[in-house]
Amino acid sequence: MKAETTDLCVLGAGPAGMSAAIAAAEAGLAVLVVDDQDQPGGQVYRAPSLPRRIVDEDAQTGDALRAAFAASGAKLLAQHLVWGAAREPDGFRIDLLGPEGLATVQTPRLIVATGTTERVVPFPGWTLPGVIGLAAATVLLKAEATLPGKRTVVAGRGPLLYAVAAKILKLGGVVAAVIDQATMGEWTGALPALASNPGLLARGLAWRAQLLSKGVPVLHGEGLAAARGTDSVASIVTTSGRVFECDALAVGHGLIPSTDLTRLLRAEHHFDRARGGWVPARDAMLRTSLPGLYVAGDGGGVSGAAAAAPQGLLAGLAAALDSGRLAAGSRDAEFASLRAAGDNRFGAAMAGMFALRPEQAAAIPADCVVCRCEDVTRQEIDDAIDQGAGEINQVKAWTRCGMGPCQGRVCGDVVAELVAARVGSRERAGQYTARLPLRPLPMAELIGEFDYTDIPIPKPAPL
Amino acid sequence: MTYDVAIVGAGVNGSMTALTLARGGMKVAVIDRGGICRQASGVNAGTLTMQMTRVALMPFALRAHAMWADAKNWLGHDVGVVVCDGLSLAFTEAEEELLSFRATKRREAGAPIELVSGARAREIEPGLPDNVRLAGHCVVDGFANAYLTGQAFRAALLEAGVTLIEDRAVTGAEPAGTGWRLLTSDGPIEAERVVLAGGVWLEQMANWFGVRLPMKCLINQVAVTERMAPVMRTVLGVASGLLSMKQYPHGTVVIGGGWQGTGDPVTGPRDIIPTNLLGNLRLASYVTPALKRARIVRAWLGLEAETADALPAVGALPGADGVFTIGSIHSGYTSGLCIADMLARQLLGQDIPLSLAPFATARLVQEKNA
Repeated sequence: MKAETTDLCVLGAGPAGMSAAIAAAEAGLAVLVVDDQDQPGGQVYRAPSLPRRIVDEDAQTGDALRAAFAASGAKLLAQHLVWGAAREPDGFRIDLLGPEGLATVQTPRLIVATGTTERVVPFPGWTLPGVIGLAAATVLLKAEATLPGKRTVVAGRGPLLYAVAAKILKLGGVVAAVIDQATMGEWTGALPALASNPGLLARGLAWRAQLLSKGVPVLHGEGLAAARGTDSVASIVTTSGRVFECDALAVGHGLIPSTDLTRLLRAEHHFDRARGGWVPARDAMLRTSLPGLYVAGDGGGVSGAAAAAPQGLLAGLAAALDSGRLAAGSRDAEFASLRAAGDNRFGAAMAGMFALRPEQAAAIPADCVVCRCEDVTRQEIDDAIDQGAGEINQVKAWTRCGMGPCQGRVCGDVVAELVAARVGSRERAGQYTARLPLRPLPMAELIGEFDYTDIPIPKPAPL
Repeated sequence: MTYDVAIVGAGVNGSMTALTLARGGMKVAVIDRGGICRQASGVNAGTLTMQMTRVALMPFALRAHAMWADAKNWLGHDVGVVVCDGLSLAFTEAEEELLSFRATKRREAGAPIELVSGARAREIEPGLPDNVRLAGHCVVDGFANAYLTGQAFRAALLEAGVTLIEDRAVTGAEPAGTGWRLLTSDGPIEAERVVLAGGVWLEQMANWFGVRLPMKCLINQVAVTERMAPVMRTVLGVASGLLSMKQYPHGTVVIGGGWQGTGDPVTGPRDIIPTNLLGNLRLASYVTPALKRARIVRAWLGLEAETADALPAVGALPGADGVFTIGSIHSGYTSGLCIADMLARQLLGQDIPLSLAPFATARLVQEKNA
């Protein structure tokens, strides 16, 4: 098994991870960045797999950051899946699976920059082929320059709705409708905060104007009642009963901080609805409750791409400071300005716009599948709670919800909301216990070649 | 309100003791600091096998197997029990010796284990590799869905009139009249008698009564695959006992065998040790090569208590009148049902068909605390 050691390991090569690596490498730390993709960029600055057809602002920012990262001296371990992690006496052990098999990294300091998972609040028909997440749609559009369908409905909550719809138009596709759960009132209420980043606000308004100029219906304060179709999605019905024909539905209801790693390591977390859900507790330098563990970017609470880079720089500098590579007090002014940039009003307002509302979970019909891996319906979850399951892990045990290949990443937030509605709070409802492997591991790749006599079978138990 | 018996620990041992006592007419409370069967009783691999059972426990395990198989009737709720054949395999000469010795001893203790050739083992389980030298074949084997244990017992306990108090930690005890007052995170609970059913936490519980009852803590690893097409129809193990494996009706294969992780009773289970996970999975895929097509979706750890002689701690706690323990049963999930039922029958003043004397807690108690 390949074993590497480093001064600092950064998990995730998105804007937060790349920035953290740049700052820490500049301060003299040996930095190893791990990502499961071929190239750095993360979700928002995903590198294209084909020559770009559209060079937009995101593409330029992403390319510039990738270039700075490449020049930083930080080492990238691409195509490596992080499947486990543990605290060890001298720091952390990270378990990886890469193209050459199993590997481990030993590091005294660890920055987790693993971003978010998309939330989809279940509705009848959400498991039909042709229904994809908004984030999945951005991968198709940005990296593959591919349309989700011939005629796409874009639905859910948050700014990604407009970004995805606008990109579909730009690639020559048809948007059947944009169905935004947020009311116009909610958007105007958020305007003062959104105005704190005039550039992003202008871009959002331009997307909206393009949609309206092409005659795309943009509905506000409406959700999806159902997606319909036999073999794949053929139409959707809104909560007010409007029907739109389509062959693709891109839907998302916001983002959930990815806390698998920080939960696996048992850092302290608290529930912050406006920031997407459970988030690790962090101090002003983005240190978690565990010595040597830092969290930067959306994984620490949804703040958006603009905040991810300064947070990454701050966490990278914090790791350098805590390693004794920076003199205490020497960069305080820089820390303060990065902190301000990493805690922007725009990102907070956006996160608040697409935070999960208890009404969204309450509206899920009884016979609707909530856990798509294990086909567990809302009714079965409610029944388990009726039978005395008082927190989410007991619900998991009694229904199998969250036991499938996604390990509850997709359903966990919504199931917890259903439990919270009955037991009083998300704190009481709890979170799924993080289990490794963090992603399903193919047995053949895991076990490799071996002889029976090489298996270190322990001593038999007494007879 | 004073209970006849307060039971601390709502695992399978505490729950079964409570059920028999309540059905026998006693006023019973079960108290757990978490939810019912959320520790070892809910997270173990669910194996109901004789081929990993200690010889001294065999008569109890055989009776308990029959109880599990019939749970729907006497418990009234389903724990997803599947009864099937079991095979324990030997691939080397040393394992062959170990297997024939152990199978013979277990057979003498009543387990219907037959030693069969590798070829015969492959007729029983076609997915085995062709180099099995010898196999123990037992028709009394099977498995439960351990994670459903709490759901089934919770309903049965409530139907029997047991007061089930979850999410309340007992922190100590003091004498109260002719019985005991348990101090908890939310007020005292009084009972004439107390049964401690706390698994690896038995040592801490005995401490409340000033008794030193040492308990070792095993940190057992379990892993599970994605759902897959059928690849086995028996419970599979190896001569050393370091593998237990079966495929559930919904298609997942659960792989256990007592490989160790890290953790302790204070912090709970901590970390999987990658080399131990790898060892367990290599052994599993060696025994069933079709598992190379599987994906592992989850692995976890559960804490199992073990006494100095690896036999149960059942009966009166010396120096604390009216206090009893049940735990550290070693294959506790299989045998616990029967042993807990018998302890409860003893407390009800009934005769029991087997003696619990060899497991008396008194043998394990060291000097009393100052």
